[in-house]
Amino acid sequence: MTLDSKIPAGRLEDKWTSYQAKSHLINPANKKKLNILVVGSGLAGAGAAATLAELGYQVQCFCYQDSPRRAHSVAAQGGINAAKNYQHDGDSVWRMFYDTLKGGDFRSREANTYRLAELSAPLIDHFVQQGVPFAREYGGVLANRSFGGVQVQRTFYARGQTGQQLLLAAYSQLSKMIRAKKVAMFARHEVLDIVVIQGKAKGVIARDLATGEIKRFAADAVVLATGGYSRVFRLSTLAIGCNGSAIWKAHKRGAYFAAPSFTQIHPTALPQTSESQSKLTLMSESLRNDGRIWVPKKKDDNRQAKDIPEEERDYYLERRYPSFGNLAPRDIASRAAKERIDAGYGVGQLKNAVYLDFKHAINKLGKDVIQDKYGNLFSMYEKITGINAYEEPMKISPAAHFSMGGLWVDYELMTSIPGLYAIGECNYSDHGANRLGANSLLQTSIDGYFILPNTINNYLEGELKETRPDVNHPEFVKVEDEVKSQIGKILAINGHRTTDDFHRELGKVMWQECAMSRNKKGLEKAILQIKEIKDAFWKEVKVTGHDNEMNPELEKALRLADFIELAILMCTDALERNESCGAHFREEYQTEDGEAMRNDEDYKYVSVWEYDAGDFKLHKEVLEFEYVQPTVRSYK
Amino acid sequence: MKITFKIWRQEGANSEGSFKTYDIDGLTEDMSFLEALDHLNERLVLKGEKVVAFDHDCREGICGQCGVFINGRAHGPHDHMTTCQLHMRSFKDGETIVVEPYRAGAFPVVKDLVVDRTAFDRIIEQGAYITAKTGTAAEANAILIPKEVADNSMDVAACIGCGACVATCKNASAALFTSAKINHLNKLPQGQPEAHRRLVGMTDQMAIENFGSCTFTAACEVECPAEISISSIAEMNARYVKAKLFG
Repeated sequence: MTLDSKIPAGRLEDKWTSYQAKSHLINPANKKKLNILVVGSGLAGAGAAATLAELGYQVQCFCYQDSPRRAHSVAAQGGINAAKNYQHDGDSVWRMFYDTLKGGDFRSREANTYRLAELSAPLIDHFVQQGVPFAREYGGVLANRSFGGVQVQRTFYARGQTGQQLLLAAYSQLSKMIRAKKVAMFARHEVLDIVVIQGKAKGVIARDLATGEIKRFAADAVVLATGGYSRVFRLSTLAIGCNGSAIWKAHKRGAYFAAPSFTQIHPTALPQTSESQSKLTLMSESLRNDGRIWVPKKKDDNRQAKDIPEEERDYYLERRYPSFGNLAPRDIASRAAKERIDAGYGVGQLKNAVYLDFKHAINKLGKDVIQDKYGNLFSMYEKITGINAYEEPMKISPAAHFSMGGLWVDYELMTSIPGLYAIGECNYSDHGANRLGANSLLQTSIDGYFILPNTINNYLEGELKETRPDVNHPEFVKVEDEVKSQIGKILAINGHRTTDDFHRELGKVMWQECAMSRNKKGLEKAILQIKEIKDAFWKEVKVTGHDNEMNPELEKALRLADFIELAILMCTDALERNESCGAHFREEYQTEDGEAMRNDEDYKYVSVWEYDAGDFKLHKEVLEFEYVQPTVRSYK
Repeated sequence: MKITFKIWRQEGANSEGSFKTYDIDGLTEDMSFLEALDHLNERLVLKGEKVVAFDHDCREGICGQCGVFINGRAHGPHDHMTTCQLHMRSFKDGETIVVEPYRAGAFPVVKDLVVDRTAFDRIIEQGAYITAKTGTAAEANAILIPKEVADNSMDVAACIGCGACVATCKNASAALFTSAKINHLNKLPQGQPEAHRRLVGMTDQMAIENFGSCTFTAACEVECPAEISISSIAEMNARYVKAKLFG
């Protein structure tokens, strides 16, 4: 199969408009006959399910949580970008497009990235209409703040709970359509496989997590909106239930996986304190607007932060990147922190953290202003660490956070399986090799609200003539049997190690070899180690309880089984890419002062992987840059 | 750290439940309460027993999925804190901790510590939205909203839907939850066209779901992780009276 990105012809500025003008339409009476499954209820999933239902389609929506309102979009803190230019500071769609393309180190499509910027302004209009209580100025207009990697103020926010407020707006809109009986919601349901019939996605197999019942759902199209897979590292900022199972199963059924190793390590999370830790809490990047990051100039300095005088502090981001300073993009800020920590300048009990200090901002602006901007983040910090960050600096550390990689999609957000779409974080579309802060809420919302509802008709129009296979089709029976047999197999192993034990082992290998910095030897070793973990898992894991009941241990084991396989692909991908770009930093490819060395001559493509009976075959989508010439990405 | 857990175990909605006692060692003060439960569950698996089912997801206090009764209090010993934010340093070495599910008629037990809070979703379905289709919005700054109004709206919009207010209320009232959502939207200009319909629809549903009435004991606001004040309930009641009198 060839990779057709389906980028419309014409000028960059006109592509989306001309696409919409030419795509097929479906009349309202026919939309009613079409059934769409939406897997996931975050901003992408809930936005898509509600909008598709408003358009007249029959929608069934799934989430593994007890309510769609819990999806992990809820945890995004800092904000959402939009090229409104309300601050009159020189912003524009073009500048936002450029910032995003550059932020992603020129590893995304121009057309996709431009569309992201183009649709950002109407998205803010939409969320205001839906009642999101965005921060306001006294005069009543919307307020903005800065985020990493840009020099304008284009981030809209609702305190430190922007994701929560946007998700609740999407959940509200979804609830409206549930009440109208246009969406059937299946909470506590986990999609365990995709049913592909004659090359087209026609349904899913899901497990009712409350009863263990395995169910079949048939449809005319399937939309995956399942979020990121950074839990492959075990310790991450993600929710415990976040997983890669649906996209992994889709991959094994023929959907190509793009740039799996492009995962973002966030610079400002709370440091790990013990082995038994289950997650790393994020501290919003917005804190870097007013907080200054530093470590002591002296190695192994055991003095308390307040006892270290100004001249003995190393504000290393300001030192290395004077023009962006503390607002350097995430990949750069994380690597810089790792560099200082590895060199022995880390702080905290395990010497694995750096300081994020608000002393100067509090002195300058007053405690009230800081409290108004970040109050909930400071109180969250105190709840978790017992430390008052108005009095002493926060201790922060890099943590796995976001997957730029995901299922390969074309301009219409369709995967390489016709009728199977991937939206939001689970696809690879706009962020390239590194996502800019506050672009995540943006991309996931735009995919769900604006793009998919305008592209899916182009496919479904052709499906009107087809009869929808019913759930007794032999392929449904076959896939269901496979799901059941995997569950049976895991429960039957009855070994001597817990799922968490294997997950910790996998996480350590991935964090060591496939996170902030990577090298050939390490990745080759990691692949062998992960294969050993896989073998051991299928011989030694112990899962108690039964398949026909609520069984959280079984859920975990099924997710981990897929993470293990995905981890092999991530390392394979990182190994193949002999360059450093964005979040992908290969130690062999760096400048003398430790900056990433991109290689456009040989790697100006998206790595697109096809599953091939346990192995992976590489396809390349070469990126054409017509409007912006890739330059060395400098924030100095 | 050594802890004795007394945990409510119940196979399913229609089974009898009971407390079971587990002595557990090897905990540390830095562990979160849910990590202590993880620790217990790993030991149960190795012994061949079923794990304790409990709801949780984000583990940073925002998704609202976690929530159990700990030593007689929703979300444990601290005010305004979710179960996932609670850490073992809040307990003494050797202490016995009693853990049970939220108890409310409208929140039936699903299994062990897991309850069914879909009644909340059904309240939301009765009007916690603005009826406007995607794609119909006007320019955002065309609606001016004073900072104080946006801030007050945000204060109540911050509700995480965890259900601690219901669990702690002697009447199992959902007034704090429902009022928070109504006031979030009814304070804003965008919420005005449906303000009355929303108020009546959502409060009616509260009664249909068998939540109790509010008698202003203020127990809920002590537990609310989002620190929503009971003045939100007073505001809802005032809006209700106004709506009934003046339509």
